[in-house]
Amino acid sequence: MSLLEVSGLNFSYDDKKVLEDICFEAERNQIISILGPNGVGKTTLLKCICRMHEASTGSVIVEGDDISRISSRELARRIAYVPQKTYATQTTVFDSVLIGRKPHIDWTMSERDMQIAWNVMESLGLGDIAMKYVTEISGGEFQKVQIARAITQEPSLLILDEPSNNLDIANQHITMRMVEHVVREHGLCTIMTMHDINLATYYSDRFMFIKDGRIKAYGGTEVITPETIKDVYGIDVDVIDYNGQPIVIPRKDQPQYAHMVRHGVGGHHHV
Amino acid sequence: MNNRGIEGFKKHNHRMVLFILFMIALTTITAIAALCINSDLDLTSVLNILFNRYGPGVDVIDSSIVWNLSLPRIMSALLAGIALGAAGAVMQCVLRNPLGSPYTLGISNAAAFGASIGIVLLGGGIIVGQSSAFVQIDNPYIVTASAFTWSMIATAIIIILVKVTKVSPETMVLAGVALSSIFSAGISLLQYIFNEYALSTIVFWQFGSMGKATWEELSLILVVCIITGLYFMYNRLDYNALDAGDDVAASLGVNVNMTRILTLVLAALVTSIVVSFMGIIAFIGLLGPHIVRRFVGNDHRYLIPGSMLMGAIILLISDCIGQNIADFTIPVGIITSFLGGPLFLYLLIRGYRKKKVNIIEKLRRGGAGE
Repeated sequence: MSLLEVSGLNFSYDDKKVLEDICFEAERNQIISILGPNGVGKTTLLKCICRMHEASTGSVIVEGDDISRISSRELARRIAYVPQKTYATQTTVFDSVLIGRKPHIDWTMSERDMQIAWNVMESLGLGDIAMKYVTEISGGEFQKVQIARAITQEPSLLILDEPSNNLDIANQHITMRMVEHVVREHGLCTIMTMHDINLATYYSDRFMFIKDGRIKAYGGTEVITPETIKDVYGIDVDVIDYNGQPIVIPRKDQPQYAHMVRHGVGGHHHV
Repeated sequence: MNNRGIEGFKKHNHRMVLFILFMIALTTITAIAALCINSDLDLTSVLNILFNRYGPGVDVIDSSIVWNLSLPRIMSALLAGIALGAAGAVMQCVLRNPLGSPYTLGISNAAAFGASIGIVLLGGGIIVGQSSAFVQIDNPYIVTASAFTWSMIATAIIIILVKVTKVSPETMVLAGVALSSIFSAGISLLQYIFNEYALSTIVFWQFGSMGKATWEELSLILVVCIITGLYFMYNRLDYNALDAGDDVAASLGVNVNMTRILTLVLAALVTSIVVSFMGIIAFIGLLGPHIVRRFVGNDHRYLIPGSMLMGAIILLISDCIGQNIADFTIPVGIITSFLGGPLFLYLLIRGYRKKKVNIIEKLRRGGAGE
């Protein structure tokens, strides 16, 4: 039995189809990157998996249970979600991580809850700033706090929406190493949306390309081909091999660039 | 296993609990001091009267003053402060706006509008006596019920707006501003149309005053306070989760919409009860939480009880000032606005300075800015 089974998932918003017939499976110890241009439904897919959006048809099965049939508390014990936009508030880092125990507690936090939160903080290098206010820490540290809270939830499925967004190159890699470490250590499965294909290939096992609400390709590094990327993003690239790892390099002299510069990229913000 | 972090966290929590205990003590002292000033008796006689009301050696008149005049007044200030402080704290959280309070959402003005309708249209009462310092409202329950109904209507409008248009919580405060102006226009209209007796009754009613409530009314307020207070405290961690964003809260198993709406309804309920019996008391819902936030941050485990107590303290002091600063009693609503406005501005300026220091420190450390 797979950890996650998504089958026949459709999602519409105001009669507009956002996701169409999404089917895939995910296993423990896997890091899955969802790739595709802006506005193709990547975040929507993540939200459907954690039931923040209710799918029009189809099913999402986590550890054998359909998510529409379990309580929000039970769901929160199985799936943790780190959204793209979170707010920094005047609470300590410790409190912000400890709140991850919410689905496991009734009235008050126990010694064990604190221990779990502290262990996560130490393993992610947040120990020294544990008593600082979240409003006082840097962007990289803030992103770590978000992930630490999700791990403190002790989920089997960790969902990250653009975890590397707004981070400099060092913090991008620190964050991704952290995710990799956590997945291997706890035997989780992580599904994340990414913009940077090369960062994704560094750290993921599986890649899912989405365009117009449909899965265009899903698999290991073999799906990262110039054809797929041309199909999904509409640009010509070279894929070169660097120590067995594909590196995607966009070509500079593309005839369609001139057109795009003049007319924009069909409503997308990034290429 | 290295536990220094847990120890540090526990120490932090102990400090917070100590702060709350200190606030409780401060509230008690303020209340007793206000009681002494109010009844013009010294501490020992007041305590004596409080602990044995009909005991030997207790002056009947003094006892009557304390039990029938001063104590209801002090209890009014305590309960209203607690209610408005708590309502402000939770509203600021669920609306994700530091300006969230019963007053800014238009609930207070709606209640005043309802009271005005009760006074002039439903025959709830009319002024007697020569000066507006004494108003007899013939049937206080009609005025109160009308005030309550209208504040609930305002809340319903806000919630329907949220449900139908799915506006962001931040925008709800703007809707509140719009509602506020509609209701105050309504009040002005009523004042303009009806005679000067009705006018002065409405105006007097709008000034919050601690001298209006009776023991029966106070017990009603107490019951509502306890119920809503328990609900707010039960959801304290949900509020902490909501502070990190709706999506984070939802992924932690919080029913975001339900919590937001129930919180708003209960905060409106407790506000409208207070406003219905005591009139509009501005700024407590803003001042209480904002002062306490300086000490405990945004952790609702401590912010909610702290705001309750701070609200009570501010209101007790304001009422005392209003009673003693001039030859006549100045309604507490005027005092809180006079005190609250400048204090609030000061807090804003101080907050700005602190922020600047933080940013500079962050830049020096070379941290990646957000």
